[in-house]
Formats: sequence, C-alpha cells, structure tokens
Amino acid sequence: MSSEQAPGRAWVFGDDVNTDLLAPGAYMKGPFEMLASHCLEAVDPMFAQQVQAGDMIVAGENFGIGSSREQAAQALKHLGVSAVLARSFGGIFFRNALNLGLVALTCPDSGRIRAGDRLAVDAAVGAVDNLSTGERYPCNRLPPKLLDMVRDGGLIAHLEKRQSNGKPDQDER
Amino acid sequence: MTAMGATLVEKIIARAAGVDRVTPGDIVTCRVDLAMMHDSGGPRRVQPLLERLGRGIWDPERVVVISDHYVPAVDAESAAILDGTRKWVARHGVRHFHDMQGICHVVLPERGHLRPGMFVVGGDSHSPTGGAFGCFMFGIGATDMAGVLITGETWVTVPDTIRLDWDGALPAGVCAKDMMLHLCARLGMGGAAQQVVQYGGNTVDALPMQERMTLSNMAAELGAQCGLIEADETTVDYIRSAGGDPGDPVAWRGDDDAAVMARHRFDASTLAPQVAAPHSPANAGDVAVHEGTPVHQAYIGACTGAKLEDLRMAAAVLSGQRVAKGTRLLLAPASTRTTLAAAQDGTLATLIEAGAILMPSGCGACAGYGAGVLTEDEVCISSTARNFRGRMGAASSQVFLASPYTVAASAVTGRITDPRGFLEPGAGV
Repeated sequence: MSSEQAPGRAWVFGDDVNTDLLAPGAYMKGPFEMLASHCLEAVDPMFAQQVQAGDMIVAGENFGIGSSREQAAQALKHLGVSAVLARSFGGIFFRNALNLGLVALTCPDSGRIRAGDRLAVDAAVGAVDNLSTGERYPCNRLPPKLLDMVRDGGLIAHLEKRQSNGKPDQDER
Repeated sequence: MTAMGATLVEKIIARAAGVDRVTPGDIVTCRVDLAMMHDSGGPRRVQPLLERLGRGIWDPERVVVISDHYVPAVDAESAAILDGTRKWVARHGVRHFHDMQGICHVVLPERGHLRPGMFVVGGDSHSPTGGAFGCFMFGIGATDMAGVLITGETWVTVPDTIRLDWDGALPAGVCAKDMMLHLCARLGMGGAAQQVVQYGGNTVDALPMQERMTLSNMAAELGAQCGLIEADETTVDYIRSAGGDPGDPVAWRGDDDAAVMARHRFDASTLAPQVAAPHSPANAGDVAVHEGTPVHQAYIGACTGAKLEDLRMAAAVLSGQRVAKGTRLLLAPASTRTTLAAAQDGTLATLIEAGAILMPSGCGACAGYGAGVLTEDEVCISSTARNFRGRMGAASSQVFLASPYTVAASAVTGRITDPRGFLEPGAGV
C-alpha cells in the first residue's frame, strides 16, 4: 500500500504566517464556518473561496506561530487543505495540526515551490515530489505511531478507533 | 551510566515517561501532572470531544480551570461561555476553578499549583510561563487537551535546550521585559522554534519571581515550547508564600555537563529600554529609535506586563506625574490578588492619581477580547507580549511593545519616551 497522499496544488505563503492570520481573533466567538471563511484573508483575500480539496500550503519559517488556538489548523483542514509544508513551524501549531489529522512537514526546500505546482507528499518516507517541475525535496518523516494517528483522522478519531477495537488508549510503555 | 548529563527538560520528560533518560528528537508518551485550561480554549472546546468518545476526565484533582478571557462578560455570547465553564467544572467535579480571579498564567502559580519538576500542559500559548518555576509547562490546543483529559497522557517530541545566560546588573529603568524584547530582536520569533530555552546567569538569579515569569512568558515569542529557569530560594519562597509545596527543588536542576543545542550570553548592564515596533515583537530596538512617536493609548495589562512588579515599575515613573492630555492610560492588573497587593502598598493609588483608568483583571485588550481595543490608525504602547496586526483592534492600529516603565513614561508625555529620565534622583518634569 502506498503511503503517498493524492497530489495537490500548492498555495505559497511567506514567513511568519501567524495564528491571527489563520484564525482571526475577531471571528473566534462566532460559528466555526464563519471563522474558516476568513482564514488568511489578510494576506490573500481569495484564499478561502478558491482553495480546493487536496490543495497544500507551502510556506517559509514559523508557520502557525502565535496563539494555541487550534482553529488555525482546523480552518485549513475544513477548507480541504491536505498538508502544510514549511521550513519551520510554531510548535503548538505543529502539534495541533497532527492531532487534528492535518499533515505538517518540515521542508527546507519549500522556497523552490511555486504557486500552483502539483505536489505529492509521502510522510512515511519523508519526501515531497513536485510533479510540475520533476524535483524531489526532502522533508521530515513522521514516526509510525504519529502517522497512524494522522491517518485515522487525528487524535480523537484515533482514540475512538482504539476504543471500538477494544484496545487501551495507549500502547504499553 | 552515560558520560553526558541530562538537561532539566530531559530529566522532567524522562520521569514523566517512566524511562531512565531521553534524547532530543525522541517522541515519547508522558503522564501529565497537571492540565490547565481557560474559558476560551477549554470546556467549550473539549466537551464535544469528550462526548464523542463518551468519556469523562481522568483525574479532576489534576485539572485547573481559570476563566480569564471573556471576563467580565460583555455580551450574551461571552456570558454564555462563562456560564458554560461554571457548569462544566461542576459537572466534572473540578475543584480547582478560579472564576474571574485574573489571568491563568499568573493565577496558576499565585494559587500554589506549580512545583519544580512537574510536567504540565496548558491550553494557551503563554503556558511557557510555568517554566519560571522549574516545570516543563507547554501550550497545547483543545484536541490535544481532550486527549490529556481522557487518558492523562500526551505525546511529546523531546526538545533541544537553548541556554540564554545573562550576567551583570540591570540599569535603573530596565527590566525583564526589555531583556525579552532584546532577545526577540536578536533571535527572531522562530529563534527557538520547537526547542526550549533555559535562562540563567547572575542577572536571572537576582530577579524576583514575577520578573522571571516575564522571561518565561515571552519564551513563547521566541517560538520556544517552554522558558525554563531552575528553581532556587526565590522560587521556593514564592511557592511557600502561595501555599504550595516546593517539593525537592534540588532534584530538578540540569547537569552541568548536559549537551545543549546553543548557548548565548548577554550583558544586562549595557541594555537600554527596548521598544518593539508594529507588527512583531522581533521589531525591537533601543527606545531612542522610536522616541517622540505620539501615542493615543498606553496599556498596562496582560500576563506579561501587569503583575505586581510591573505595576510597581509603572508607579515608580508615574509618582507625582499626570497622564498627558489626549492620551489614555489603561491599567488591567493581571489578577485580583495583584490589585489587592497594589492597593495595600499604595501602588494603585499612585497609578490612579496619575490618571490611570482601572480595568478588570483578564486577557482583555491584549488579545482583542475585552474593553480597551483600538480603532483605525490609533497608536498604542503596551506592556503586553504581542503586537501582531489587528490583534488589539482595527487592522490599521499600531501597537508598540515596551516595559511598564516605558509605557508609563510615554503616557506622561503622550509620546514614546525613555523612562530613565523619570527615575533619576530628583527627577520630575
């Protein structure tokens, strides 16, 4: 079985895309769908309307830096984003993304990717294929335990699956 | 036995994971000693997840809930969030509930919940503040928190440690906030992305607990998972006076020969007051660069900049002074106990006499939630930690970050001002 995700189209952003840009504080009180529709509008007003299922976010340093609000990762997942590739991440965003079943990978060569490039990601191997240019970039690997959780759709779905299979919440240490 | 010693964070994680030692990069599962949540990211976000799994919480004694974001309620939605929080703690038997008593990062240690060596998760990005007590405390999101509440465990990538050592005496009018703004400028907002920072050196040793908390708090602005400071007598005294149990602080120190990723050294004696220009804490430089910029609002608030020590710094500048016409000084003490202590020692009277407007204790304007937000094109100088675009109000508003000294001095002149002129003997305009 291939662990590779279906290819997606790249949306390219710069450095320091913070959680206030991903999930603007002014919309935090209201319905989540409303919040998601304002995702990244301060840097690209058309993003939330035009992003399609399977698309990927490509960014520079410190993606998701700022607050712990997981709506930042959730908004991207809700809009159909399948993976985020960045040179580095805010630590909490990185945890939140994986816990919500959104693939987040550190990719030092993310700057070589252009908007609209078609990308295929393999988190188990640690590689990103740029189908538009033929280039291949290294990225970090996700250990099997985390990859299982992400593939199950995130932490809650993972616990749910274990529970329904009669397994304990965690493997024995 | 291994030749190389372990860092403080490695020791805490190894203990929580039930293993002899861990190495940076390892992903391990840890038992959680304490989980802290607030009204915004807490009960209302985790309850649907608990319900989906039909589960309760693993140990109500290890959960602390603090309502600080939507306090006091300003509309029906925020009132409902606070009401839901109260009902949730009652339903789950959570005894450690602090309702509208101040900001979680200040209230948590103030009520004696932290002890050196603990493995603590907090549902907020300024959770690194707990590191000031020698705890490994880090911020997590609601899904992560639901997992902790159900299982009592969480996964963690063992972080590398970056040492930030400060030596020398801080000059008058210069404080921990200036140290942090300087570090943000030097190292950048991703300067410690996914690592922990550990502060040390004789400058840090000499700092009172609340100033150490400012260092640990703004470790978040370096991207760090935690801002650790090894416990000493200052820590133990604070924990005891808060009614807590300091445990065995000596056991929770890193080994001298532990491998760290980097070690940076700084000289506190030459540091000038710092100001960070919009829209990043990393846009910091000496106050001289921005001196004279007119400000509409001066804000002393938040977990970062409105503890008792912060209020005392502002009072040192504002004693016998008046806030400039056309400028407003808003003061939101970090906790109700801060307000009480400031009332008892005269600090509060000094601030109010100078024209400060007293506001409720809570996250408030810092995160654009409560009273005190900015309209289009307004300029604010603030003792808070973040000045991201639009965070404190309108997208075109401008927030400069500075110490309580500098915020207070700027309130007096109506322009960004070096506070040192207000602190020299015989000063007075």
